[in-house]
Amino acid sequence: MTGLFRDKVDIALTVNGEPVEARVPAGQHLVDFLRASLGLTGAHASCEHGVCGACTVQVDGKAVRGCLMLAAQADGAEVWTVEGLSDTAEINDLQEAFVERNALQCGFCTPGMLIAVKELLAGGGVPSRAEIREHLSGNYCRCTGYEAIVDAVETVARARAERGAA
Amino acid sequence: MKASAGGYARASDVRQALEMLAASDGSGRVLAGGQSLIAAMNMRLSTGDILVDISRIEELAGVRETSDSLWIGALTPHAEIGRNALIRDHAPLLSQAVGFIAHAAIRNRGTIGGALAHADPAAEFPAGVLALGATLHVEGLDGPRDIPAEDFFQDIFETAIDDGEILTGISIPKAASDERQTITEVARRSGDYALAGVCLVKRSGKHRLSLFSVAPKPVLAVQAMAELDRGDIEGAVRALQADIDPSSDTQATATYRRHLAGILLRRAVATIQGESE
Amino acid sequence: MTIQFGNPDRPNSYIGKTVPRPNAKRLVQGRGIYVDDIVLPRLVHVAFVRSPFAHAKINGIDAAEALNVKGVLRVFSGADIAKVCTPWVAVLAHLKGLKSPPEYPIAVDRACWVGEPVAAVVATSRAAAEDGAALIDVDYEPLAAVTEMMTALDADTPVLHADMGDNLAFQRLHEQGDVDAALKSAHKVISARFVTGRHTGVTLEPRSILVDWNPAEEQMTAYHATQAPHMIQTALAKHLDLPEGRVRVICEDVGGSYGIKVHVYPDEVATAAIAKIMGRPVKFVADRLESFTSDIHARDHEIEAKIAVQEDGTIVAMDVDDWTAIGAYSVYPRTSAIEGNQVVNLCGGPYNFKHYRAKTTVVFQNKTPTCQYRAVGHPIAVAITEGLVDMAAAEIGMDPVEIRRRNMFRDDAYPATSPANMRFEGLSHHASLNKLLELMDYDGLRAEQAELRKQGIHRGIGIASFIELTNPSPFMYGIGGARISAQDGCTVRMDPDGSIVALSGVTEQGQGTEAMLSQVVAEGVGVPPSRVRVITGDTQVTPYGGGTWASRGAGIGGEAALQAARALRDSILEVAAAMLQSEQSKLDIRDGAVVDSATGEARMPLEELGRIVYFRGDTLPKGLPRELVQTRHYITSDYPFAFTNGVQASYLEVDTDTGIVKLLKHWCVEDCGRVINPQLVDEQIRGGIVQGLGGALFEEIHYDADGQLLNGSMADYLVPMAAEMPDMIIGHVETPTQESVLGAKGAGEAGTAGSPAAVMNAINDALRPMGAQVTEMPFTPERILRALGALKD
Repeated sequence: MTGLFRDKVDIALTVNGEPVEARVPAGQHLVDFLRASLGLTGAHASCEHGVCGACTVQVDGKAVRGCLMLAAQADGAEVWTVEGLSDTAEINDLQEAFVERNALQCGFCTPGMLIAVKELLAGGGVPSRAEIREHLSGNYCRCTGYEAIVDAVETVARARAERGAA
Repeated sequence: MKASAGGYARASDVRQALEMLAASDGSGRVLAGGQSLIAAMNMRLSTGDILVDISRIEELAGVRETSDSLWIGALTPHAEIGRNALIRDHAPLLSQAVGFIAHAAIRNRGTIGGALAHADPAAEFPAGVLALGATLHVEGLDGPRDIPAEDFFQDIFETAIDDGEILTGISIPKAASDERQTITEVARRSGDYALAGVCLVKRSGKHRLSLFSVAPKPVLAVQAMAELDRGDIEGAVRALQADIDPSSDTQATATYRRHLAGILLRRAVATIQGESE
Repeated sequence: MTIQFGNPDRPNSYIGKTVPRPNAKRLVQGRGIYVDDIVLPRLVHVAFVRSPFAHAKINGIDAAEALNVKGVLRVFSGADIAKVCTPWVAVLAHLKGLKSPPEYPIAVDRACWVGEPVAAVVATSRAAAEDGAALIDVDYEPLAAVTEMMTALDADTPVLHADMGDNLAFQRLHEQGDVDAALKSAHKVISARFVTGRHTGVTLEPRSILVDWNPAEEQMTAYHATQAPHMIQTALAKHLDLPEGRVRVICEDVGGSYGIKVHVYPDEVATAAIAKIMGRPVKFVADRLESFTSDIHARDHEIEAKIAVQEDGTIVAMDVDDWTAIGAYSVYPRTSAIEGNQVVNLCGGPYNFKHYRAKTTVVFQNKTPTCQYRAVGHPIAVAITEGLVDMAAAEIGMDPVEIRRRNMFRDDAYPATSPANMRFEGLSHHASLNKLLELMDYDGLRAEQAELRKQGIHRGIGIASFIELTNPSPFMYGIGGARISAQDGCTVRMDPDGSIVALSGVTEQGQGTEAMLSQVVAEGVGVPPSRVRVITGDTQVTPYGGGTWASRGAGIGGEAALQAARALRDSILEVAAAMLQSEQSKLDIRDGAVVDSATGEARMPLEELGRIVYFRGDTLPKGLPRELVQTRHYITSDYPFAFTNGVQASYLEVDTDTGIVKLLKHWCVEDCGRVINPQLVDEQIRGGIVQGLGGALFEEIHYDADGQLLNGSMADYLVPMAAEMPDMIIGHVETPTQESVLGAKGAGEAGTAGSPAAVMNAINDALRPMGAQVTEMPFTPERILRALGALKD
């Protein structure tokens, strides 16, 4: 094998608006890097095969599975996690609605769920309950039974639409 | 589990990617969106791969039209396929298919080229391009090659891409003005792999019917197509059974999948007829 | 001590109101602290090599290659761990005849299920530990595996544990009245075979433990995702030969439990043993794939059952023959006989009838052990009972609501004892059913169903009444010899600034325990909930208690908290009376201040009282008690269990071409006694319902004949996701228990108990005109089509 390939890869990216440089194992996925190297433990590793959605983070403006993207692939990317989005208050209304409606119990799915919802609501308008359920169909929650989450999302969508209209 | 990769390199153009693959001593794996490959690596179904990351090769992304066909770059993400106006106008089957594929976050990173090269027999896009009569473009150090969809899918997770080659894109004939296209499937939950699925295209009175999740690869149901061309829907449902070869797993038996294939064919025909009226 | 619960305008009226959860804000910001978030100096990681065979002799383990992997530090075999850790035997004295062999943290010479730990690899990272584990070479000699439940006791089936003599773990027969005579003389006898699929809990946070051993202090600290920290403390101390006082179990945020995290797991004990050997912190976080083979399974039952009814719908007898296979070992320390035992205890629960026979046969097999999982035994017993009741109603041409009305215990019939000898203090089956019918507009739905039927749309309505066992006394585990506390305690203290701290032995895994405790303590003392800080999950800090399981947090932990809070209130008022030269009885605490109880006039803020007590005690009369810390414990004693009741309904549509079921809506009315926080109770019910819906439609662990687990990933084991789940209407009837001041019973398992039966009955309601019926869960599209006769082979 030639020297083309690295088993440790140097990356430079921004995470939650801050520049980060690191050397990562070639096979390490993004969420392990965020958690272990940067101490950003908000996104969770659960199934690590792309089904549960607990690791969902935002990369270059899109919600992605943190376990299905290598840290090496995040070189040059702009990554946001629930910690950063909390600091900027960008999803404050959503977080408040989740608390108000008790749309979380153990909270393990919640950071991923919030990032999935953020993307849905970025499209504007008030999605139907079926559309909300469909959009969240890749984020597993064992505690709530989903209805409270759908309620909270619907409430925020309506409130944003009203604010936009006013 | 934690993936164990043998090495990683990112290519900035196709030529470099091909050279990297050639340099990988046969253990190179092309990494695009990674939505299947990284899952397999994390499950340690695949270890020690030398990863050639093609995900940043700009020339492989996007959708372009010529007078009679669409070119879709291999790195075009599912989400883009779902919202692209050219695809909606000229290959609506693929736009519809996106709604069945996994979930939003997967569709953001998963690419059509990745899905085709992975050749999961239960996936929507392979059967879709088969029904659409697409041509798949691959490139090796010896140059490019075009492979008709009929010849591309060879077995479960096996395609006509040779070692050292990369799938660069696909071409799809533009839909005729009277053309009808539909895809339908049954899955246990939204976004799950289908228990069975059907793609149906009617072009100038001729039908192209492909099925997924009913054989080790997506199948073009030629015997059923002939019956459909004759206008015999129940004949097609019967003939279909000879075209498919489903297996049993923990979700459903082959018998159930055979039943479902017939149901889905009737529904697809009804959809196309409903649109025509 | 009286609280005017009926008066919503009473002072400090927090009990019965929705108050925010103190921990929710933290969790939505990603500031939870789950075990995997904790990093300690010198931390190492352990990964387990697990048996790929259902049954195999271990002839040797070669770790040489693994030890060459960069980062790998040590490899441990079962024998290595056995040197510092004794095996356990999971039996309970009151489950007569229950047997199980000694189980080691890591298999010593024989692996008995696919997934049993056979070696441990310790490394500086989890990835390196996995790299090492992949290179461990185990010399296995495959043995014949026992995988079929119903033939486990046959003479030609191999005996899994030779020392046990046979594959029977436990058997219990309960017989009341003369069942055979009743079956013979009844108007109709209906028989059915029910199957409930083998499930697992799939907590989103996998099982996790981080154990540190400090040899200098001889102190073990385990950060553990568990429901029962004190029980784990006891188990670790006992089997690692440590004084209990030298083991501290800390339980910060837990990412879901549902009964999965209330057991002693071999790999977790092995992690503690390794920490003790290596003298440094060791973390084990189960990978999702190993979770499927190593988290407990549950609900693997096959049942033949009969119901006998008269022409007027009167139930005269039930006869239940339940079989369950529990895997290779009974799980420590709660045992794996409880689920079958619960089926015997709970069948027929809502109904007043005379003749009842139920037998459970619990067998060993070479599969993952099963044990208590949310609503232990309830979904099985409710499916059997409610399935039979619906079949009987159909057989005699009676509406399913009417047959229930005719047989349920009357609401004024309590105290009552069921044919299974369960004692009920007070239930509300009729009031609950009436409320349900009103909420769902039963008659309207029936009309809609009939109308749509004419258009070839097949909808079904299913009803399921149930009882739920909550607030267990020592009759559940303690009398059998398990050191599992049925009592729980709470310490409530006032700090100088007038803020209140409550330390409780019950634990939080997301159900809202801490919110519940904060509002109970707030009302008990007389402060806003925001001034109460709740601390749970630390055996070195909180009073000794059982933790949170069997829906006991509110009923047991809540009552202890209320009593401790009222005691603190009295202590505060005693000091206040001396300071204000008033009579204690004329003072009250409201909204954080001492007030005149008659007029509400403010006399002194609590922070002023705190300042005097803590810093100017010299100004108080000598000898005046000033104990601003109070602890109370609570245990139920009048009844072995506080039964609750409820009724659910499902409305769904069956696609008879594909067999796909679409859930349209779901209702539940339940009676958990005093509702402390309506929102939290409703969400417990909703979450529980969906967990049951998973069992009804999706969840099933598949094994092949060799004992290989076939669908051990989240792509293949289907849990309920948002798109398929219905909206749910929840209602309540409140029959507080008289045993406690608070009057709360449990609510955590009611949803799961009843929803599978409601769905089964709804599907069968939809299919009945076509002569089809399903009784084998999950009700997959294929099973429905087979029932319809749509598939040829």
